[in-house]
Amino acid sequence: MNFNRPERSHMSVDKATVARIAHLARIGVAEEQLRPLAAELSGILQWIEQLNEVDTDAVAPMASVHDEALRWRKDVVDDGGKQAEIIANAPDGVNGFFAVPKVIE
Amino acid sequence: MAELTELGISEARDLLAKGALSSRELTESHISAMAESSALNAMVTETPEIALAMADASDERRAKGGSGALEGIPLAIKDLFCTKGVLTTAGSHILDGFRPPYESTVTANLWQAGAVMLGKTNMDEFAMGSSNETSYYGAVQNPWRRHGDNRALVPGGSSGGSATAVSGRFAMGATATDTGGSIRQPASFTGTVGCKPTYGRCSRWGVVAFASSLDQAGPITRSVRDNAIMLGAMAGYDPKDATSANVALPDFEAALTGDARGLKIGVPKEYVLDGMPGEIEALWQRGIGWLRAAGAEIIDISLPHTKYALPTYYIVAPAEASSNLARYDGVRFGLRMPGDDLTEMYENTRAAGFGPEVRRRVLIGTYVLSAGYYDAYYLKAQKVRRLIAQDFRDVFASVDAILTPSTPSAAFAFGDKADDPIAMYLNDVFTVPANLAGLPGISLPAGLSDDGLPLGLQVLAPAFDEETMFRVAGLLEEAAAFNEAPTQWWRSR
Repeated sequence: MNFNRPERSHMSVDKATVARIAHLARIGVAEEQLRPLAAELSGILQWIEQLNEVDTDAVAPMASVHDEALRWRKDVVDDGGKQAEIIANAPDGVNGFFAVPKVIE
Repeated sequence: MAELTELGISEARDLLAKGALSSRELTESHISAMAESSALNAMVTETPEIALAMADASDERRAKGGSGALEGIPLAIKDLFCTKGVLTTAGSHILDGFRPPYESTVTANLWQAGAVMLGKTNMDEFAMGSSNETSYYGAVQNPWRRHGDNRALVPGGSSGGSATAVSGRFAMGATATDTGGSIRQPASFTGTVGCKPTYGRCSRWGVVAFASSLDQAGPITRSVRDNAIMLGAMAGYDPKDATSANVALPDFEAALTGDARGLKIGVPKEYVLDGMPGEIEALWQRGIGWLRAAGAEIIDISLPHTKYALPTYYIVAPAEASSNLARYDGVRFGLRMPGDDLTEMYENTRAAGFGPEVRRRVLIGTYVLSAGYYDAYYLKAQKVRRLIAQDFRDVFASVDAILTPSTPSAAFAFGDKADDPIAMYLNDVFTVPANLAGLPGISLPAGLSDDGLPLGLQVLAPAFDEETMFRVAGLLEEAAAFNEAPTQWWRSR
């Protein structure tokens, strides 16, 4: 087996793409970090692109090795009444609720 | 009696049963060894008071005639398992102060079997890493050092703290998790035995999720027998995990028959790497020789899609991680960084709370799942995953188990690979395929490198056939007669 690694000849991910996916992932990334991140992600994605060598036209995707159908269970409430326990770890819990910055003007 | 921390689980079990030893004595000796281990940084949280209370309760149960499979045995718990009321960090800043209001199924099973909790072990952040250098709580040091060389080495990862606690003789066993090699690789680097059972064998309920279709819990111990005992106590069907397998739980210890007759062992040609150190190849050949001498038949096999396992993994795992880690939003638990509005609060919290490797993987995962790239990356990887799983299905029609090296090298020094993500990812080249295919695998120490570091061999078996995996591992363990241990240079005595 050989792990030939591609030359980092082109950037498959640019700064704008990093900014876009960082926003989708809700991770703040400072402007000066965008370029180094683009280079890192491009390197990883170029290495990943060797998968294109594999002919998968007739192959069904596999989401999990678990091939059983999901089990049914009785549609009953079997747990609950734990508001205080659930709120206990919240950075900002108010009157039994999770509090967040104002969303609606 | 020799130091109690040198005892294996099965030896301690027998002494406890005879009344020659109490759990209190055994636990106290491990608590003091743990307290002297701070130079290794293997523990995020030590819980000596809980340990002593559990040990006393165990001694009381035993006095009344009750006894579980791990009655009175002190264990360390990877900080990825939720433990009720005890800080659970996943090695991440973003889980600051999180005290779960519930207990994971695996740890609940262990306490039900009588085990004692020593504390929570350090790990790569969210189990993303192969060196334990990504932990918010600092890197763990490998108890082992090269001959004549004092440089600190990595213990492997992500279960580096668990492997170190067991190798360093301050826990008799430790829970761990393995998404791409996170049990077997650190076990190989620390001279311990680490098993990732079949996907679905241990419940994932209450284990902080990384990549849900790959994550699986398993034990790290110092012998194959101890591993079989501990896995038996961890495993079992759990209705709270939709992917938990409702299958019979065999007596894994009984599988250690020492009998190789009739065994067919596959040796995959694709696991010969260009540039692999000669000592890894030599170790593998020794393992093949041991099994042949014991009476097994050795068969050359081919797993043609092996080279695509790592790139497949580095799409599937980050994709699942980007989804799983969406829950860390600064609202329900852990760290919150203020922001002018809700979105800014999310972005500030996640920027401050995630380290560079976690951020890298969440971004890769978000990218491969995003519109326009989903088919080219994620769907492609899912298709190649099926081919990799099919490779194993094909060869298991003609062999009972597969023998490979556990890792392509011995433990390396800090910083050696930290700046090159792909070099770090290549550590898991021999372990990742079993996660993609959901198969059980075990790493056991089989020899030392030229400079005195432990090297592991890996045994893979068909799904839900951990018995054959343990049987083959037991044969290798007996032939290898590995009884090296790190000098306990870190202890202040």
